[in-house]
Amino acid sequence: MKITREDVVRVADLAYLDLSDAELETYRKQIDEILEYIGKLNELDTTNVEPMAQVLTDDQTADATIRDDVEVPCHTAAELLKQAPDPEPPYFRVPKVIER
Amino acid sequence: MATNWTIDSVKEALAARRISARELAAEHYTRIAAGNPRLNAFLTLSEERAYAQADRVDALIAAGKPLPPLAGVPIALKDVLSTRGVRTTCGSKILEHYVPPYDATAVARLEAAGAVVLGKTNCDEFAMGSSNENSAYGPVLNPEATDRIPGGSSGGSAAVVAAGLAVAALGTDTGGSIRQPGAMCGVPAMMGSYGRVSRYGLIAFASSLDRIGPFANNVRDVAAVLQMIAGRDPNDATSTTAPVPDYAIEIAKPVEGLRIGIPKEYFGEGMDDGVRKKVEAGIEVLKKLGCKMVEIRMPHTDYAIAVYYVIATAEASSNLARYDGVRYGLRVSDDSLLSMYRKTRGAGFGAEVKRRIVLGTYVLSAGYYDAYYLKGQKVRALIAQDFRDAFTKVDAIVTPTSPVPAFKLGERTNDPLQMYLADIYTVTGSLAGIPGISVPCGKICGKLPVGLQIFGPAFGEARVLQLAHAFEQAGGATV
Repeated sequence: MKITREDVVRVADLAYLDLSDAELETYRKQIDEILEYIGKLNELDTTNVEPMAQVLTDDQTADATIRDDVEVPCHTAAELLKQAPDPEPPYFRVPKVIER
Repeated sequence: MATNWTIDSVKEALAARRISARELAAEHYTRIAAGNPRLNAFLTLSEERAYAQADRVDALIAAGKPLPPLAGVPIALKDVLSTRGVRTTCGSKILEHYVPPYDATAVARLEAAGAVVLGKTNCDEFAMGSSNENSAYGPVLNPEATDRIPGGSSGGSAAVVAAGLAVAALGTDTGGSIRQPGAMCGVPAMMGSYGRVSRYGLIAFASSLDRIGPFANNVRDVAAVLQMIAGRDPNDATSTTAPVPDYAIEIAKPVEGLRIGIPKEYFGEGMDDGVRKKVEAGIEVLKKLGCKMVEIRMPHTDYAIAVYYVIATAEASSNLARYDGVRYGLRVSDDSLLSMYRKTRGAGFGAEVKRRIVLGTYVLSAGYYDAYYLKGQKVRALIAQDFRDAFTKVDAIVTPTSPVPAFKLGERTNDPLQMYLADIYTVTGSLAGIPGISVPCGKICGKLPVGLQIFGPAFGEARVLQLAHAFEQAGGATV
């Protein structure tokens, strides 16, 4: 077994995700099977392989894709606040923050 | 059923004044009203926006002004692309009432080219799925066989084009989500190179993999849509300055003498016999066109699904952290901030999204990062190297798009791993960042469409389109 119920509880907590008991057990079983399958990556010796952290090569990303660091006006604040579940312009209101 | 419009037939009919852009939009809304209740392919219609755009096109025609390339062409957009003032749900309950304040660059460019946005198409929640059964708004049905899935995650976009409810559509592809539904619904569907199309305004799933691309009724139309959305956008730092060739010119070039790699690893066990027969017949079509087939090896193919489900879930767990009930979307109220987060996310996300967030968080968590995420990135490098090696020997690579044709609704929903393995031939190209297209390659028993996949080297879209176009012209769709 690759993953225990405690692991799933810990990870769901890290991801701020409420899971029911039934979900915890279903995901534990399914993710265990997926991790078992992913384990096949260990068949490959990758000691001297550079990890591929992004797709574009240096000549594709050079300075051409980095803009000058200048302020650009943004007029969408009022519209963005309209999407908030509990807006109090110019703020987003949230429940009381209690220390963990 | 009425025949499907194409970009050329729209252009011709508007120029001859046999139909106005407004009438053409209305005709498509009539088709949608008749077809969509069964297919469930559109989630939101944008009539007001569509008719306003159609009227602008009609005004140009009335004034005798030149028309932009996609003038009056009715299109549909996968519901992960932001549309100003038009609800964008990502197929999720967590964004059920979300109305973006801006347009995705790809959308803005299509409208600037004259296209008429009919509405937003159904998809797997946050583009996570291979059958469209993970949508919070119910599955899309395959117009070619309504007891079956349309493929996923861009199932709605594939279905509306196949059913003639839109002339073209945009989808997104992270592990096969454009090409696989294109294959299963029998329409050409293309993913350009990573960096080819701006993703500004695309609601992110896995940022090192997500790409936007077109569905259409023929390869010429796919090329015409890609032409409009390709190219550098200052709002997306991953969009490149690599020049965009004129695809309409490129696709007309002869394919005789091109070397095509046939990788053994894509024709192994697990492939449906009907798919195999059609793809082999498709390869014969390419041979008759004068292409030279070269058997090649891609030794790391078998590891691609494992790599994909480490990297895509890790990136998703990070990207989906933004749904916190504070700034937009659903909030489930509770008396503390942290329990509000937990309840909102627990209630707002569907089963597959939660499964991937848990898996992605796990592979990134302390003690597992090296074993899973770093290992995944290293094997990803080996898969990309397989392609670079292959493209020193061949001009393009041809494979089946999917190992199986469209399966029945509910057939694979209880086994996530089996569902993931349906993407086995498409994820490799996603990981490597190269362009790929799926073109129709016959139907099994005259009913279930099969797709032929063509990969090209990075920024080799013209080559991919050229081969797909030649294949289509030579009758590839009816092998």
